[in-house]
Amino acid sequence: MSAVITANGLSKRYKSSLALDNVSFQIAPGRIVGLIGPNGAGKTTALKSILGLTDFTGELNVLGFDPRKQRDKLMGEVCFIADVAVLPRWIRVHEVVDFVANVHPRFDRKKCEAFLARTKLTPNQRVRQMSKGMIVQLHLALVMAIDARLLILDEPTLGLDILYRKQFYQNLLEDYFDENKTIIVTTHQVEEVEHILTDLMFIRDGKIVLDADMDAVGERFIEVMVSADKAPAARAMKPLDERQVFGKSIFLFDGVERAQLEAMGEVRRPSVSDLFVATMKETYA
Amino acid sequence: MKTFYWLVKREFWEHRGSFLWAPIITGGVMLALTLMGIITSEVFRARSGMQVNGIDFNTITAHMGPDALDMIGKALDIAIMAPIVLIGIVLFLVVFFYCLGSLYDDRRDRSILFWKSLPISDRDTVLSKAFCATVLAPVIAIVTSVVTGLLIMVIMAIAASLHGANLWQMLWTLPHPFRIIASMLSCIPLYVVWALPTVGWLMLCSAWARNKPFLWALIIPIGSGIFVSWFNLMGLFNLGDKWFWGNIVARSLVSVIPGGWVPGQLYGNGRSQFDQAGTDGHQVFASALAAAHNYAALVSPEFLVGAAAGIAMIIGAIWFRRWRDDS
Repeated sequence: MSAVITANGLSKRYKSSLALDNVSFQIAPGRIVGLIGPNGAGKTTALKSILGLTDFTGELNVLGFDPRKQRDKLMGEVCFIADVAVLPRWIRVHEVVDFVANVHPRFDRKKCEAFLARTKLTPNQRVRQMSKGMIVQLHLALVMAIDARLLILDEPTLGLDILYRKQFYQNLLEDYFDENKTIIVTTHQVEEVEHILTDLMFIRDGKIVLDADMDAVGERFIEVMVSADKAPAARAMKPLDERQVFGKSIFLFDGVERAQLEAMGEVRRPSVSDLFVATMKETYA
Repeated sequence: MKTFYWLVKREFWEHRGSFLWAPIITGGVMLALTLMGIITSEVFRARSGMQVNGIDFNTITAHMGPDALDMIGKALDIAIMAPIVLIGIVLFLVVFFYCLGSLYDDRRDRSILFWKSLPISDRDTVLSKAFCATVLAPVIAIVTSVVTGLLIMVIMAIAASLHGANLWQMLWTLPHPFRIIASMLSCIPLYVVWALPTVGWLMLCSAWARNKPFLWALIIPIGSGIFVSWFNLMGLFNLGDKWFWGNIVARSLVSVIPGGWVPGQLYGNGRSQFDQAGTDGHQVFASALAAAHNYAALVSPEFLVGAAAGIAMIIGAIWFRRWRDDS
């Protein structure tokens, strides 16, 4: 199957800064892509470009549509959860379900009602009477009932407690995701999504600094725990990062032979958050 | 078409309070006041001979001459016009603030991100809002005011029949009340066209302003009006500031007042067949009613140019709705 998203030379300039700097990437169907970056790195701008919410220069093809010209058609195939608080506060549960059911050709009302039945939401409840967690449950119920090919999540669990966060990703994996769907998610809570991601993209200052699937990440980046006497040797091999734990040093290497590292100490796969910190450490300096 | 229907329904859900309840409550208050007036006059009838909406119940008898009948008919006109005027003022406020918020409020609370996640074009969204401002809200208001007017007449007829006067028959035979109702209903198309420049201007501000659309919507036309007047005062150019205030400032801000075209029709430019209206109050009233639904006015420059400007501004609002990126 051809790519869901193809971006070529994508740039976006705001008044004072370059939010996207000549970015190119491809996203294949059936993937769950984590778009991770520090604040202001251009994540949201990238997602807005994909959704046709902002203008940009360069080429962008999303499911065969140009988001600038065919936004309304594109949104028939794409779902989008911006963050927790974007459902209109005045609307009632039954109103929003009625509305989406009647304007969205791919909406399955029964499915949505089944999801809602698992929550404490009542049909006459207004969004303004709900907690953040309940709003996300409602939004997720709407989105999961839409048979879309691309789902975009921009900080979908910001400010939720851990029960709602866990449930959110669990529902998404169990009841929604399949090989015909693609999910792009941005979040700062990297630990919570790393086990569900198939692909990882790091973005920094408007540039993609890492774009790989998780298997490749595991092969390329290796962490090794080295005792103090071997640390200078390890340091000489130019690690990405070094930190101390219980008198030992942990080094993070990019593209060094596994066998070579195994000779120095215990090796393991780095967590995405350690990798992120190592890659981005000079961002705010 | 189905999407458009649901978009309009969505607007109605959100603004049920101002579209539906504001005119109904106003009408209800008018009815209550009429009832209270009648009861008061019944109580104090012997002493003071109070009037309710211009009808002195003491003078109502079963045998009235044509003069008296005419008087009562005119009084009924006033009785039915009162709720129409009041609800018209309410409608003006409702539509004015609805338009100002229509493309701004959801940007401010970021719910635009939810609306834009649905497969609906920005054109349809903006048009559904313009439809609500020019058709839905006025129709609800006019129907409510007509119903209120009818109820007031019925209350009066009941009160009159307590005095032995058969106003029921008068309601059907007198030309006034039903002519007013017919005029009100038939003036809706003119209202839609007449309101376009104001609706367009307010929605354009609502879609364009990054903050405080109310201030921008007022400052730009009024400021430019003052500017033009100042030039006039200085005698630099003869720009005709009266023309500017009447045709630019007023049309972009207060054209959503129902019947706003009537004064222009009656007194404007020495034109129109209503000039002989004269000074007699009832004649002016009758001419005003006729002017209110004079469809020939639709092709006058006031209507045509205004409508074209309004449509252009709505197109501008669609463009800003599509590309404004600040949520």
